[in-house]
This record gives sequence, structure tokens and C-alpha cells, in this order.
Amino acid sequence: MFAIFKRELSSYFSSPVGYVVTAAFMAFCGVFFYVQCLYTGTSNMYTVFQSMFFIVLFVIPLITMRLFAEDKKNKTDQALLTSPVNIPAIVFAKYLSALVMLVICLLSYIIDGVVLSFVGSPDWGVIFGNVFAMLLLGSAFIAIGVFISCMTESVIIAAVFSFAVNVLISLIDTIAATVQWGWLQDALNALSFQTKYSNFALGLISLSDVVFFISITALFLFFTDRMIERKRWA
Amino acid sequence: MIEVKHITKSYGRRCALDDVSFRINKGDVLGFLGANGAGKSTTMNIITGYISSDSGEVLINGKSILDDPTEAKKSIGYLPEMPPLYNDMTVEKYLKFMFDLKKVRLPMKEHIDSICNKVGIADVKGRIIKHLSKGYRQRVGLAQALLGDPPVLILDEPTVGLDPAQIIEMRKLIRELGEKHTVILSSHVLSEVQAVCDKIIIINNGKIAAQGVTDELTGSGKGTRRLRLIIEGREQSIYSVLKNVDKVTGIEKRGETEKGCYEFVIESDKDIRRSLYRAISRSDFNIMLMQPEGRSLEDLFLKIMSGNENEEGK
Repeated sequence: MFAIFKRELSSYFSSPVGYVVTAAFMAFCGVFFYVQCLYTGTSNMYTVFQSMFFIVLFVIPLITMRLFAEDKKNKTDQALLTSPVNIPAIVFAKYLSALVMLVICLLSYIIDGVVLSFVGSPDWGVIFGNVFAMLLLGSAFIAIGVFISCMTESVIIAAVFSFAVNVLISLIDTIAATVQWGWLQDALNALSFQTKYSNFALGLISLSDVVFFISITALFLFFTDRMIERKRWA
Repeated sequence: MIEVKHITKSYGRRCALDDVSFRINKGDVLGFLGANGAGKSTTMNIITGYISSDSGEVLINGKSILDDPTEAKKSIGYLPEMPPLYNDMTVEKYLKFMFDLKKVRLPMKEHIDSICNKVGIADVKGRIIKHLSKGYRQRVGLAQALLGDPPVLILDEPTVGLDPAQIIEMRKLIRELGEKHTVILSSHVLSEVQAVCDKIIIINNGKIAAQGVTDELTGSGKGTRRLRLIIEGREQSIYSVLKNVDKVTGIEKRGETEKGCYEFVIESDKDIRRSLYRAISRSDFNIMLMQPEGRSLEDLFLKIMSGNENEEGK
């Protein structure tokens, strides 16, 4: 499993993808930080974290798009599936490599905090809490992206479809507000990623929200495993 | 070593494999022949655990590829039709990755170096795979299959796309590997299978159409024996002499091969070389060549493909 994790992680940086994704994430984070903290003269990074929710929607499909789709296209999945490694381990190794990519991107939060400490007094508890929140949110989006990547041979289709699904997820609140039936509204609100992430951004860490994101991650990794297994039997 | 028991596989409504069974013993080099879409790659993919069969069982060293896939896969080195190469990696990094992936417990550097030397890629170890020629890519694919020194090697069309010199080299290498490994080789090139393999399975429309030892299938073992003769003399006189030799069951005239020399193919159920020699010598003709002639694999293959010969060799 470690071999796959190592290869996937290094492959991000053997092509422009890893550099572009990291640079884009850090650039957006830097711009939001400058405009919403340094320029306005506040040490409250809440609006920065809120804005980054939408950046993650774009960035994560770029991280996950090639994880399985490229293997299928280049037939390297034959090397993986005929090796003495079971499918859940393959899925988890790929998921973990994408998560580490996200962690690298999230270093920009820490950099922002350090910069803020020169001109003010940042709340490190809130910053680390938001790194944790972004990890949970990112983890769920990554698991969804991994699942979509295993359904196609096309990296582009995987990226576009993941992005569309992420946008749809972000619109759950808007959709919920337009729904007439109360039970459906409640159900949609319960599935809202944005509401749960906003709670974290405000510093409100709730166990149910943590369990929600972990469950979504586990569910989609399980779907990925089943999808690969199903294709072996098809 | 490998037991394939009654495997069937369908893709939608199309039956790709229908009740295929065979057994390969340790040290055998088995050739897998069949037209495009006959089911060769499907069989290989099922044996290696890449895809699953609808029914039936595959045992590698007594371990089921379905029930104990991790252990069964440790015994297999697989070179698919399209080598599973990561184009962004160097040859050395790729082989190290595959070494780790296969959980090989041998000294990494020495093992990889020895395989690189064996397949002739030591000089391109530092190069990125996407910059390699087709021949080198095929060799890197073979190198990854050899990692861990697996007892079973499964090679799906290993010489496809190689130039003639590389093909000769690859065949030599496969023959060498056959001394230490059990090898399953699929190929479209009939002469290649005949030259390299000691057993052959011909698959047609998802069913085994013929299987057996190469010499038996091609008729140079048991059954009808064929002898190719080139004799100096008058054609009709030679024919009369040959016709009267005891146990001759058929004579085929092939015409003049050089001035005054005629070629014949004699069929018989027994070894009649001695009596033929004596008869020809008594008649004062000169034997320029006497050579056993097997039925070509190509003949057998074409007959099976055209549906004229079923279940032969079973």
C-alpha cells in the first residue's frame, strides 16, 4: 500500500498538476488573506476560511481526476490489480496521497497565521481548527472525486464531473430553501456541507459534523472499492 | 502448478469463454494460440486475477485466485499485451515501485540489476519510460514480470511490435526463462509458439479446440509420420520404387527442386526410413535429402479456425 501511496504522491510533482494546484490554492488563499485581513486590518480569518470553501470545490477535482482514470487509460491498473495488494488498500493509498496533497496546500493557512503574528495576534486555535475543518471537508470531496475517477477512463471527464458534483453539493442550501416539503428541506439541510463547514470556520466543533464528513469519506471509498470489484466481475 | 477448471466468462450476451479447463505442470512452456477475440487474453486475465470468471476455478500452486488472491498472485509474473508502464517514471524508479508493490523479499538493488542485465535494459535504467522505444518498453514490461522471481510467468503477446532482431532475442530469453519458470505465452505467430513452447492450447470462440504436446499436435510425434525426400533420378521411376516400399500409405509429388532432383513426401504409420533407403539405393538413385516432416502448426490452426477439425489432440 505504501508503494502506491508513494508513487501517487510523487506523480503529482513529476507533472505540472501538483505545482499548479498548490500554487493556485496558495495564491487564492494569499489574495483572500491580503484583502480580508491585512487590507482591512483585522486578525479574524473567518472570511478567508469561508471563501476557501469555494476554492476547494475547484481544486480537489484537479487532485483526484487522474487517480484511477489515468491507470485505466494507460492499463497500469493491470499492474495494480494483479499485484498481491487488495483493492481496499489500493483505494486507500490513492485517497491518502490526494489528502496529503491537500495538506500541502493547507500549509498556506499556517503561512498566513505566521504573517499575521507579525502585525497582530492571530487565534491559533481557530486557525488549526480550520485546517482540521478543511481536512474533513476536503477528505469528503476527495473520496467523492476518487469514486468518480474510478468510473471513467477520461481524466477530463473525471475532473468535470467531480467539479459538477461538488458545485451541486455546495448548492444544497440554496435548493433546500426553495423546497416546499418540510421533511425534504430538513433532509437537505442535514446533508449540507457548507453549513457544517461554516460551523467549523466559526470555531464551533461538533462531533456530529466530524462524524458526518468521516462517514461521507468512508462511504465513497467503499463505493469505489465496490465499483472496481464490480468491473472485475462485469 | 496451474489448474484451470471449467471457467466461463460472458461480456453481456457474448460468451467469451465456455467451460475452459486445462492444467499446466511445473516447468512447462505453454503456447496459447487463437484468432483475435478467441479468448486468449480473457483467459490470461482470469488466471492473473485481473478479472473474475462467471464460474469455475483457477488454482495457482494449489491456491485459489478467488479465495486466496494475495498468495496466488505472489506466484505470478504477468506481462499483459500492453505493458503496464508509468510513463512519467524512469525505468529504475518504476522497477523499484513494482518491487515494493509485489512485496518482494530479495535484496532490491542486486535483484533489479540482475533482471535489467537479463532483459538487456541496464543501459536505459535512468531514462524516462515515455522516451523509450517499443522494444525497450516491452523489455521493461518483461522485467517487471520477472521481479520476485515468480514461479509462473504469463506473457501476453510478448513479441508484438518488436523488430526481427528483437524477436529472436526475446524468443531466446523466453526459452531460457522456461528452464526455471512455468511459462504461459500467447502469440499470433505460429512459428514462434512452435519454436518456443512444448505444449500448445488452441482456443477458438471461447472453447479449447486442441491441446497437447507440440510434436503430437503437429503430427511429428505419434500417428502418421511424414518424410520429405529429395532424390536424384527420373521422377516416374522414383515414384514407382517408392510406391512399392512396404507400409507406405501415401506419396505426394512436389516436383523438381534442382536439375534432375525431385521432391516427394511419404506418409506411413511406421518408421520406414531404413526400408526406404534400401529400396532407393537398390534402384541406383541418389538420396539428396531425407527429413521427417511434421504437419505445420499453421495447417492445424487454419483447419480449426475453419471448423474442419474439432477436439483434436484432446
